[in-house]
Amino acid sequence: MAEKLHPETMAVIEPKVRDAATEELALVQAAKRGEVSAFEQLVKRYDRNIFRIAQHITQNREDAEDVTQDAFLKAYENLEQFQGNSKFYTWLVRIAVNESLMKLRRRRTDRTVSLDEDIKTEEDTMPREVADWSPNPEQLYKQGELKEILRKTVQGLPASFRTVFVLRDVEGLSTEETAEALNLSIPAVKSRLLRARLQLRERLNKYFRKAKGDGKK
Amino acid sequence: MTCSDFLKELTDYLDATIDESTRLELEDHLAWCHNCYVICNTTKKTIEIYRDSQLYELPEDLRSRLQVAILSKCAGKKKRSTT
Repeated sequence: MAEKLHPETMAVIEPKVRDAATEELALVQAAKRGEVSAFEQLVKRYDRNIFRIAQHITQNREDAEDVTQDAFLKAYENLEQFQGNSKFYTWLVRIAVNESLMKLRRRRTDRTVSLDEDIKTEEDTMPREVADWSPNPEQLYKQGELKEILRKTVQGLPASFRTVFVLRDVEGLSTEETAEALNLSIPAVKSRLLRARLQLRERLNKYFRKAKGDGKK
Repeated sequence: MTCSDFLKELTDYLDATIDESTRLELEDHLAWCHNCYVICNTTKKTIEIYRDSQLYELPEDLRSRLQVAILSKCAGKKKRSTT
């Protein structure tokens, strides 16, 4: 459980958070006035996040490069439409997610890709296998092998689950921010997140489960 | 509380966004239900592993190339809109 912060500590942190938000809004305002250098600051602040999100959704590096460029360019062209009711980053993520889904649709002409469908799969919420994992499962594999396992596993999720998972659990957006970025309701975000987490857990079982005899005294 | 009830609350429990009385009920369930205890722990671990794995980092050379491409296109847009 998170430790409660002392009021004096909060008094120091809160203005810093407000300062960061004010500073970001000032950059957006300057970019709206046509200052490309202000927009450059925003690009440098968020390009890594946007690339990561795009690659998670598209599962393709070239597509992720295109999405990163297109998302920032689209944001720049449409800055006037950004009203400041949400964070600039949430607005940018929304653009990047839409661009990523368009890439997926173009590549997968045989099936539709949508965030609206509430997919029911065989592996729905009820876990089929309950196996305990080794104490430090990530240490069972070399770094490269582990990344490959994690990539393959997340790739197997439906796009609508993968997108919610990456925004909430990899990028750390709040449930509310995720709902806003994806134009989903909060219950829809929570439902997809639960199913994404449980499906990933189920699929990782075969790599991380305790070997027979582990843990015996 | 049944295992199915527990699973419905799992996401809020892991995110620490539930009220105190529900949290206590869930922890009471965890104390005797080994299956839910394992599911809860391994789901938590799943999240931690993905959060720490840095699966798709942007290499610095590619990052520089992308920044140059983005900003030159933005400058191009600005030029066109002012002429």
